[in-house]
Formats: sequence, C-alpha cells, structure tokens
Amino acid sequence: MPAVSKGDGMRGLAVFISDIRNCKSKESEVKRINKELANIRSKFKGDKALDGYSKKKYVCKLLFIFLLGHDIDFGHMEAVNLLSSNKYTEKQIGYLFISVLVNSNSDLIRLINNAIKNDLASRNSTFMNLALHCIANVGSREMAEAFASEIPRILVAGDTMDSVKQSAALCLLRLNRTSPDLVPMGEWTARVVHLLNDQHLGVVTAATSLITTLAQKSPDDFKTSVSLAVARLSRIVTSASIDLQDYTYYFVAAPWLSVKLLRLLQCYPPPEDTSLRSRLTECLETILNKAQEPPKSKKVQHSNAKNAVLFEAIALIIHHDSEPNLLVRACNQLGQFLQHRETNLRYLALESMCTLASSEFSHEAVKTHIETVINALKTERDVSVRQRAVDLLYAMCDRSNSKQIVAEMLSYLETADYSIREEIVLKVAILAEKYAVDYTWYVDTILNLIRIAGDYVSEEVWYRVIQIVINRDDVQGYAAKTVFEALQAPACHENLVKVGGYILGEFGNLIAGDPRSSPLVQFNLLHSKFHLCSVPTRALLLSAYIKFINLFPEVKGTIQDVLRSDSQLRNADVELQQRAVEYLRLSCIASTDILATVLEEMPPFPERESSILAKLKKKKGSSKLPDMDDSRKNVNGSTEHAEDAEVASKSLPSRYSAPLLFFSVPQPPQFLLEELISTDRPHPSSSATMLPTRTMVPSHTFTDDLSVNSAPSSGASLLVDVFSDFSSAAPTEGSDEHFPRFVCKNNGIIYENQLLQIGLKSEYRQNLGRMYVFYGNKTSTQFLSFSTSVSSNNVLGPQLNVQEKPVDPLIEAGAQVQQILNIECVSDFSDAPILNIQFRYGGTLQNIAVKLPVMLNKFFQPTEMTSQDFFQRWKQLGAPQQEVQKIFKAKNQMDTDVSKAKLLGFGVALLDGVDPNPANFVGAGIIHTKTTQVGCLLRLEPNTQAQMYRLTLRTSKESVSQRLVELLSEQF
Amino acid sequence: MGFVVLKMKIRFILIQNRAGKTRLAKWYMQFDDDEKQKLIEEVHAVVTVRDAKHTNFVEFRNFKIIYRRYAGLYFCICVDVTDNNLAYLEAIHNFVEVLNEYFHNVCELDLVFNFYKVYTVVDEMFLAGEIRETSQTKVLKQLLMLQSLE
Repeated sequence: MPAVSKGDGMRGLAVFISDIRNCKSKESEVKRINKELANIRSKFKGDKALDGYSKKKYVCKLLFIFLLGHDIDFGHMEAVNLLSSNKYTEKQIGYLFISVLVNSNSDLIRLINNAIKNDLASRNSTFMNLALHCIANVGSREMAEAFASEIPRILVAGDTMDSVKQSAALCLLRLNRTSPDLVPMGEWTARVVHLLNDQHLGVVTAATSLITTLAQKSPDDFKTSVSLAVARLSRIVTSASIDLQDYTYYFVAAPWLSVKLLRLLQCYPPPEDTSLRSRLTECLETILNKAQEPPKSKKVQHSNAKNAVLFEAIALIIHHDSEPNLLVRACNQLGQFLQHRETNLRYLALESMCTLASSEFSHEAVKTHIETVINALKTERDVSVRQRAVDLLYAMCDRSNSKQIVAEMLSYLETADYSIREEIVLKVAILAEKYAVDYTWYVDTILNLIRIAGDYVSEEVWYRVIQIVINRDDVQGYAAKTVFEALQAPACHENLVKVGGYILGEFGNLIAGDPRSSPLVQFNLLHSKFHLCSVPTRALLLSAYIKFINLFPEVKGTIQDVLRSDSQLRNADVELQQRAVEYLRLSCIASTDILATVLEEMPPFPERESSILAKLKKKKGSSKLPDMDDSRKNVNGSTEHAEDAEVASKSLPSRYSAPLLFFSVPQPPQFLLEELISTDRPHPSSSATMLPTRTMVPSHTFTDDLSVNSAPSSGASLLVDVFSDFSSAAPTEGSDEHFPRFVCKNNGIIYENQLLQIGLKSEYRQNLGRMYVFYGNKTSTQFLSFSTSVSSNNVLGPQLNVQEKPVDPLIEAGAQVQQILNIECVSDFSDAPILNIQFRYGGTLQNIAVKLPVMLNKFFQPTEMTSQDFFQRWKQLGAPQQEVQKIFKAKNQMDTDVSKAKLLGFGVALLDGVDPNPANFVGAGIIHTKTTQVGCLLRLEPNTQAQMYRLTLRTSKESVSQRLVELLSEQF
Repeated sequence: MGFVVLKMKIRFILIQNRAGKTRLAKWYMQFDDDEKQKLIEEVHAVVTVRDAKHTNFVEFRNFKIIYRRYAGLYFCICVDVTDNNLAYLEAIHNFVEVLNEYFHNVCELDLVFNFYKVYTVVDEMFLAGEIRETSQTKVLKQLLMLQSLE
C-alpha cells in the first residue's frame, strides 16, 4: 500500500509550512507570510525563467497562504502556465489552484479552457480526469458553454477508461445543475441510462447520481432506468457478501450504490409491470429480512452500512405507499430501533416513523409506539432526538390520543430546551384546536401554554384563541371565567393580560352576575396589571375599558376617572395619550345608542385556516442556505412552492393595524386621509376601505385592536415567503422621474408601473415630518412577501432620520395598504433617501427603488416680516458665501399665479410690497433642523421678455443656499 | 404516493480540529469568502459541543451536518435534510480509512503538510457533491499510480 512521507517532493514548501506552524503570534505569522510573498513575487518577476518545479512550488505556497485566510492577488498566470506542463504533479497543482482560487469571471478563463480542452483531447486518462475534475469543481457557465457538448461524448465512448467515465458522469451532472439549458441530453439519454448495466460498479455509482438528477427534471425521458435500477439492485441484494469484492464494505454489498439506486426509484411511482414490481418487492423484502439476521460483524460500520440501505428501502416503501404489508413491516422494524442502544438509530427511527404516520396503512401501527415515544421525550439526552420525538407525537396525533399527547407535550414544555419551545407551543396550539371536541379544553390548553411558556407564545397563537372564542358562543362564558381566574395570579404573563383584556372587554358581562366577578372587580383586576405592561398591551386595555363603559354603565365614572388622570391624558406615549383622549371624549359625548353601536360585540371572524400552521412552516424553513438546485418538483410535476402558496392564500390571518396618529400635543383627531390621494387617476382599491371617512366617531379608533375583522384584505404578516430562495429575482427597477414634482407639493403619485402604484401624502412641522405611503396593487393577483426598507447613503445617514412603521406583507389584488414613515431632519442635507420595495408577484421577486421626495425645503417654516426687517437681514447676509444666485431659462410658461403657488409650496412666506418691482417675488422662511435653524431670504426676478429668471438665495449657511437654489430653479 | 424532494448532494466537506483550525474545506456550491468563514465557525460551534452520546447528525440552517470525530479531528459533511444519514456517516469513515492507508497511519500533520494531496483523495472519492468511488482498493490503486508519476 502506498504511503507518503511529509511534504515529499517539495522541500521548500514543507520548510515554509513548518515556519508558519512555529510562529508564536499572529503578527509573526503575517510577517513570515509577507516575506514569503515578497520572495515569490520577485521570483515570478525575475528575469530568469522559472523551471516547472519551482513554479509548482511557489504556486503551491501561494495556495497554502490563501487557505490560511490571506488574500492572494498574483500567481494566477503562473498557475495557468502549469496547466500546460507535461508533468502530472505540476498540472495537478495548477488545476488545484484554479479550482480553489479562480472565480468564473476571471480574464484567464479562456486560457484555462484552452488547457482543459487540450487535456480532454490528450487521451491520457490522468490528464483527462484532472481536466474533468476542474470543470466539476468550478462549474462555471463559460466552462459549460465550452464543454457541455464534449463531455457526453467522452462519457459514452466505448474506449473511455472507467475512471474517466466516472468523472465525466459527475462533471455532466454539475454542468446540468448550474447551466441546464446548455446541457441537452436528447441523443445521449438511452446510452446514459445503459450505464446502469456497466460492469464497473464505480461507473454505475457515478452514473446513478447523474441519472437521478436528470430523472427528477424529466422523469419521462428516463423511465427506462427503473427496470435497469431494479435489476441492478436485485443483483446486489441477492449476492453473496463477497461477490462484489472491492465494493463490499464490512460485509455489506455495495451499500452506497444500493442507497443511490433506491433513491433513483423514488423519482418514480411503483412499476406498473407486474413482474418488475414483484422483483422490486422481493428486493425490499430481502432488505427487511436482512435486518433481522444476526450481524456478520460487531463493528458499527457493518450495522451502519446495512441500516443505511434499510432506511433508504423504507423511504421507498413510504414513497410508494401502496404495499400495506411492507409498510407495517417497516413500522415494526423502526419500532425495534426506537429502543436500540445506538442513539443514531433511535433518532433515525423517530424521524422515519414520522413519515410513516401519515400513511393510512401504517398510521395505526405507528400509534402503538406512543408510550416509547413519550418516554423518549422524557429520557433522551440529545435535544435533537427529543425534537424528533415531538415531531413524531405531532404526526401520530389523532382524535383518539390527542388529549394524552397534548398533555405530555405541555408537561414536557415545562423543562423543554429553549431552542424548541416555540415550536412545541405552535404544535400544541394546532393540535388543541384541531382535535378539540369541547372548546373548554382548547381554552384551558392555550391558557396553560401562556402560563408555562408565555414568552414563546407568538401573536398568532393568542390571536387565534380570541378568534375561536369570538366565533363560538358556547365557550365565551367559560373563557371569560377562566381568564378571570387566571388573572388572579399575582404575576401573570403579559400575553395572558392581552387575552384577558380582550375577552373580558367582549364577554365580561357573561360573568358579571357573580358578585366575585362584578364589573368593578373585573375592571380593578385588569387595571391592577396595567402599569406592569408594555405600551401595546396598555393600548389594548384602554380599548377594553371603553368596551366596559358600554357593557357596564355603572363603572363609567370610575373608568372616566382613570382615563382622565394625568398618567393617561398626558402620557408621553402618543398612542396611549390619543386613545385616552378619544375614549374619554367618546364616553362623554356619545349617546348610549351610539356607544352601543360603536362598541358592539365583535362579529364572528370568517372561518379560515389557522395562521399558526403557516407560522410553523415558516419556522421550519428559516435561515436557509442558498440553494443551487432549482428543481423542487415532485414526481407529479407539481412544486412544493405551489402547495405552500396555496396554504398561504387560504390562511389570511387577522391583523391589528396601528392607528394613525399625529404629532405629539393633545389635539382632536384629524383626518388627513379622507381624500383619495389622487382623484384624477383610477384608484386601485375599491372605494375607501383603507381611508377613513369623516364620521362622528374617530374612525381610526376601531381600526385597531377591537376590529380585527374589519380589514380582511390586510394581513398575513406571518406569511413572509419562506421559499424566497427559489424564484428568480427581477432586477431592481428604479424611478425618480416624479421626484422633482414633489419639491413644491406634498401629495401625489410618486411611482407607477403595470403592477404597483405608490402614492404619497406628507406633512411637516418644524424639523419633523410624517409621510403616508400608499401601495396600490393594480393587478388581479396578490402580492406576497411585501416589504420595504428605506436606505440613505453615508452622507445623508446622519443628516436625516427616516423611521418606517411596519407594512403588511400581503397586498390583495386591487387593494391598497398604507405605511407611515417618520422623518426627522437632523441637519441640512442635499441627498434623498431611497425607498426600496420588494415583493413577490406570481413567481417573481420584484424590486423597486424609489427616491423619496424628502427635500430640505420641506422643513421650511414661513416667516412674515416687514419690508424694513427684510432689507436689514438681507444686508446682514451679504457675505459672498451666504448668497447663491442662479440665472436660468424658463422651462414653463411664465405665469405670476403659478409662480406664487410654487413659492408658497416651496415653503416660504411671500412678502408683498417689499420689492420695488411688483413683478418680482420676495420670500422668507426658516429651515428647521434638529441641530440648528437657518433663516432664508429669497428673491425671484422673472424677465418675461428674455424668458429668463434670476433666483437669489441668502442664508446663513452656504450649503443651505446652494441646495435651495438647486431645488427651486428646476421648478420654473 | 408520497411527496418526496430528492436532492442527493453534498454542500461542503470540512475537516476541523478541536481548536477550530480548518484542515480541509471542500465546497460544492458557491459561497463568498466571508460566508465560507461564517459557515466554518458555525459548524465548529455546533459540532464541538456535542458529546459521544449524541447522534452524529445535527441540523444546520436548513441542511444537516453528518460528522464523526477521529482523535482531535472532526470530519463534517453538510447535506440536504432528506439525505441518507448513515450512508454519509460511513462515507466519512470510508474516506478516513483511505487517508489512513495512503498516509500510513494518518495524523493531523499529514493533512497539513500534504494538503494538496488531500484534495486529490477527495476528488477521487467525491465529485460534484456526489459520491464518486467507494471502493478503497480502487481509490488506493489510483492514488498509488498518481504517486508514481511524481
């Protein structure tokens, strides 16, 4: 057998590696490396031509340095030169360097491809393999273009060496994955399939992978592989263990090839041909039988190899799901593994049984193992095994065992690892709902969840319990009583306060007859939690209080006192303050009838699939690695994505949209949004669903917590697409054509394409601004995964703060959603923030970038002043850098009224009678920023004859004068 | 009929020592250098905290790592969650046995000083993220032949 000594062949390399290993510190290592890099650089640049050996040695050193984590920016050419060497060792180092270091867009790719081409044509199997491995490792499009037609030829040629065939098969597989369009198989298909019959099992091993991948993409073309795969598998499993010699691994015949063949068969339904089918069944039975035979070796390698094949056979049995006998045998076999001393086997048995549980043939057989699985939950040391036990309990749950399973999961939750708590909570919530016969059990279960693991109970879970309680009047009284009792605990989780507040606000009257839970007691109980809660919960409680005023007129005075207290009416949080103000006012002015109408019990929610399911799916798919494989098709040709999209469209969860609020001081509600943003365009949404109309009651009050069902078209925050990695993203579409239009106005359409319309409404006060962005879906398909972000460049970042409120991730067809942006001007600025929008339409990810029209002049406050004051200040600002002047040609018709309107829109006060020439305009204003205020004086002199304007700005800050002139001069 | 997504593919192979030094990193899909470094660190963090009573499998992002420890070295293969755990676990062992034979009682230093040969061994046994050759005899014969070309 071969053995190699340390670093033989390249002494200099070994010395260098030793030196690096002897470095005591990072600094000395860097020093040594820099010395070496300088040395290599000088050798490469030197006059003396290097011999192949030296070149190889230095390139290898560079590679070593790169692998240590240092950048390498030279040596590529020398590596490419090594490719044309006739010595294997030199060529090998060259190819290795290329595979590790050269990216596909390198300029050298043509030279590399040329060398590969020569090697492929060399008829030297060693060189051919090196070239093929390089293509398989790099797999770039350029290589696919150059070699995709050549490789199948090599693969099927009669005189190709076996080892080259192996490499060619997998090389082709790689190119097919990266550039499927360039690798048409057509004419080669039959000959590739026949590789399954090859004498050499190594060739079959490689070819099976290729065929499996191709069969997943076009099953029909590779149908004939089924019979060949069955025949091959049959020969392997019935062979005596020594027959296959080189391919027998610890007494198991060709385990990896068997696994691959069984995988290939999973691309297809059970064979229709009866003899083929019975031959396959025999194979599967033989594999199951072997599991019962005494082991031929005590080594773990033996049992692992044997069981690798067994688990794959079971996977095929489950995939076919057509032979009850095999399914039950598989289940029994896995049942034995559940108690095996090998942790690996217990884990795999739990995992595999999970899929068996979903088959009607084996579901009952799986259920018989419930006690073992519950025991695993309690005793397994490895959290990943316990996780599989939870999964299996979830999968085997049905009406007959749901109470036991939910109880066990709840009790496990008390001690469960933090990493899996949220998932268990979701599973319990789903099972409790799915198998609830009486809903008191459901309510108890969810409250228990909150008690045991309140922090892991996501919004979806407590939204859902409220939806269900509201929809089922048989459970409302019980729910009210139960939350009331649960709230008695001195310390209860905030989620319980939310559920309690909501339910008592709706159904507190059902238990108010009992003096122990009289209205006042209920209110005091809720209010005792108020001060410990976060703002959103407090907001919800305030809504519950106003509902109480309707339910229980006798506590009206008490609640009004609370609302009236300074801690509410002058609360620093605008949301709470506004609610207190509005609710108090509502309770004072509205008649009992109006109160009863406004604060009526919530109507039932439309029945829909639980949003918790979607959440669970999302959890499973979080934090993905990017995936090269785009084909996730199953054998029926439908895609996983389509299935999930369907789930997504079924489950539109409710959403608690935030009320619209304005600036901080207490003020009566305003209705900025009553008019449609653009009356001259067809509006994408039907009537004003999103835009409140003026009514007696502040309409936004009940767009919040209490009216969960009023906006069915909004929502789906949980459905941010999990599968975002496998549809191609359309290139970002940008737009700023509408930007200049917003210099002198605040409302209008900022962006529109065939899919989306974006409207804006903005208001500014001093250095603060608020922008309402309306996204209208113009299509007849919903937008999924809708998300936005605002970005600023490095200069703008510290000058302007833009804070975005959340936006619905789903926009229904024809609907409109709104997003609020809060803006703060820190100091004067001249760039504009970019609003980046991303959403999924059909299968494509859309990216849109819009320049947001937030300009410096938005922070103008107009200033009136007398003519005398104006001229005095004008003179004070006389320094050359304070004045900026621009003379420009009129782009539009020169109309006095239009100009006036524009200047007012720009933000300054127009001062009449200041300028001796009445045709000229003079204006003044103050730009407010957080850090400073900048006074601005402006003069615009039109010359109608010349069709020119002269604009002069004087401010105390040069950059401000400059920017204002830029902005305003474009407007005329 | 069951719904199956089949993807037999190795995403990467890593050999790390207990201190987290990488002794081999073979990538079968495109990552940029920062991402590679992140993956290396994450794998190390996930794998080294596990003890002998744990399984040889660990969930990793939306894939899984099949790993085995030999003395101070962790051999890790990242595959799809639907892939066959035991097949890859034994593929690791098969690979280690080949290294052991080739380097004559392999130790960590062999992998350091002969890193460029280790790549050759890997390419003989795994290619394009798939198992290429499983016969130890065939692999060693090929390696011996290449050795003779030095």
